[in-house]
Amino acid sequence: MSVQGRDVGPVAMTCEVVDRRRYGRYWGLTLSAPDIARRAAPGQFVNVAVEAPGTLLRRPFSIAGVSLGGQVAGTIDIVLDAHGPGTDALATIAPGASLDVLGPLGKPFPMPQRRVATLLVGGGYGAAPMYYLGERLRAGGHRVNFLIGAADTQRIIDPITPKRMANQASFTTEDGSMGHRGRVTDLLADDLASTGAKVVYACGPNAMLAAVGAICEDLGVPCQVSVEEHMACGVGVCMTCVLPLRGRGGTIANRRVCIDGPVFTSTRIAWDQSRYADPAPTTVDAGTIGDRDTIEVEAEGDGSFKAGVRTVRPQDTR
Amino acid sequence: MTAPTTTSGGAAPTDGIDLSVDLGGNDGALVLPNPIVTASGCFASGREIDALWDVAELGAVVAKSVTREPRQGLPTPRMTETPSGMLNAIGLQNPGVDTWVDRDVPWLAARGARVIASIAGNTVEDFREVAKRVGTSREVVAVEVNLSCPNVSHRGLVFATQASTAAEVVRAVRAALPTMPLFAKLTPDVTEIAPVGRAVVEAGATGVSAINTTLGMAIDAETGRVKVANGYAGLSGPAIRPMAVRAIHQLHAELGPDVPIIGMGGVRSVEDVVELVRAGASAVAVGTATFADPFTARTLVRSLGSWLEQRGFTSLSELRGSVHRWPHNP
Ligand SMILES: Cc1cc2nc3c(=O)[nH]c(=O)nc-3n(C[C@H](O)[C@H](O)[C@H](O)COP(=O)(O)OP(=O)(O)OC[C@H]3O[C@@H](n4cnc5c(N)ncnc54)[C@H](O)[C@@H]3O)c2cc1C
Ligand SMILES: Cc1cc2nc3c(=O)[nH]c(=O)nc-3n(C[C@H](O)[C@H](O)[C@H](O)COP(=O)(O)O)c2cc1C
Ligand code: FES
Repeated sequence: MSVQGRDVGPVAMTCEVVDRRRYGRYWGLTLSAPDIARRAAPGQFVNVAVEAPGTLLRRPFSIAGVSLGGQVAGTIDIVLDAHGPGTDALATIAPGASLDVLGPLGKPFPMPQRRVATLLVGGGYGAAPMYYLGERLRAGGHRVNFLIGAADTQRIIDPITPKRMANQASFTTEDGSMGHRGRVTDLLADDLASTGAKVVYACGPNAMLAAVGAICEDLGVPCQVSVEEHMACGVGVCMTCVLPLRGRGGTIANRRVCIDGPVFTSTRIAWDQSRYADPAPTTVDAGTIGDRDTIEVEAEGDGSFKAGVRTVRPQDTR
Repeated sequence: MTAPTTTSGGAAPTDGIDLSVDLGGNDGALVLPNPIVTASGCFASGREIDALWDVAELGAVVAKSVTREPRQGLPTPRMTETPSGMLNAIGLQNPGVDTWVDRDVPWLAARGARVIASIAGNTVEDFREVAKRVGTSREVVAVEVNLSCPNVSHRGLVFATQASTAAEVVRAVRAALPTMPLFAKLTPDVTEIAPVGRAVVEAGATGVSAINTTLGMAIDAETGRVKVANGYAGLSGPAIRPMAVRAIHQLHAELGPDVPIIGMGGVRSVEDVVELVRAGASAVAVGTATFADPFTARTLVRSLGSWLEQRGFTSLSELRGSVHRWPHNP
């Protein structure tokens, strides 16, 4: 087995797929990855090379669990939603096959300083890292509660796991096929009250994270979220994966999700400055595309952003 | 960050094979221990990759393009994958030349890496100022001038698309840095690249770097939305390698063996490196391949020697410009 990297931090390694199973619409993969398993913490992710025609870049997946010891010296789990060329290829990979995996990447969830009750909110496949976090929190003596939501039952990953682990576990589905009909945000305030949770951890679609963060902020409960952004490299070198983050004094700066995140304190994220603020597609007027040299984004406090745009303007349009 | 490298990945450096390259051209010697460098914008500060392997193994680190002021760059999504390539529109997010010179250059130099700056701007004046600031660092060994920037005083037309504006920038940078090896980085988005190469060399560039990304676009068929927020975006990766080989060949034919060329565009394997060198590259930069495998550049450094040795070559430079035609079509 080839392992490349240093004694600390991420490594690239060839991993054998030791198990593949279905979770409703999702797939769970267990990979033999002792070096990654030993170094991983909840909230971190792996970047998996996929062999699908024309693909080039790796695909990022949250680490959904690790197990050390046993038959293979250490394994990691990932849960994937097959919906594109990369995830489709991974969903059909048979046990025994090899994958090239890089990880663990990114910053993990910070653990509470003292013993508290926690509420772990997962949306869709975003529940996967929450189960891993729940195990670690429980091992650290914290009380763990779950609030898991998805579009339908098919997208609730293995509901037995959170029920077994948690003091309280609630479920929401948008079609009402399991638990409360609606979204996690419908139950969040009630669940915080009934569990007495002093900290919220969340992973799911960015729009859900923005809403969960807003409710927590209103209620004065600290909230850590694990976000997603399109990533070319996953290791901090390409600058494609940025999100606007508030710094000291109200300044807003683009930070890399892959290396500065994916876990952030929710109040630091300037969702209103991101594309997740307006989910409705706007029609694009061909005349305006890339037809600018600099953009000015008003930022609080620190004046403005200036961004160069590399464009060739068709000469015949002027 | 100084922990030893744990294991494997590529062969050991090969004795007896000369991998060194001289990028000094007519401006004196600038010898790199090997021809593998990073492509600007694909290596951040160097610290990120140094967390995985020792960046001093590279021939040189070509840094992210820096501008006079820090830039926050463009909105997301900034990238999308395309067949055997990717589109990006980052908008030159960078910490600004001052921070780069004060914080990143000394760190790279202390790690033992050779540092090539990449400078960018939207006016000739911008380039001059950034060049001056870079010139205050004694650790920068060469400067790449990123001419693929929109020229604000020219309706946003990219400097490198016109020989005259490209040359104007290079003249200004040369005046600010009289003795520094300078590489003008060219765009393939021109009808003829050779005259642009000729113009920048006459304006004082030591050599040229080619190619930058070529402009592309991707639209979601279902929603009609552009896949990269900026709309137009730079295409890189294996998809553009044939364009790079062609451009480098044209530049080498035009400029001759005394003008060094840093070649880049879709390089992933040792064969790709050799292909660009045969086309006329003196050194070869690795960009997008690092995203797919962050160990790519190191693997190339470590395996180039044995590739050459197995084929009976004693140096890489003997292959530069070595291209053969078909006997029936000489
Ligand atoms: C930190 C992180 C953790 C993630 N964890 C999981 C997980 O546990 N399970 C899971 O199923 N998915 C997860 N994702 C999303 C997953 O990476 C994408 O669904 C996947 O890359 C899609 O690839 P594709 O080729 O199947 O689809 P396509 O949509 O065709 O992908 C095209 C390109 O867009 C990128 N892309 C598309 N959607 C996303 C997305 N949501 N986030 C980031 N990049 C995207 C792809 O990487 C690829 O480069 C995570 C993403 C991030 C950033
Ligand atoms: C994400 C990304 C950012 C880039 N940023 C810069 C940059 O700041 N300055 C520059 O001169 N070139 C930049 N480039 C272009 C590369 O340096 C290189 O010329 C091009 O990508 C072709 O090489 P490749 O196919 O190996 O990536 C960038 C390319 C990518 C993919
Ligand atoms: S994915 Fe490349 S910097 Fe984050």
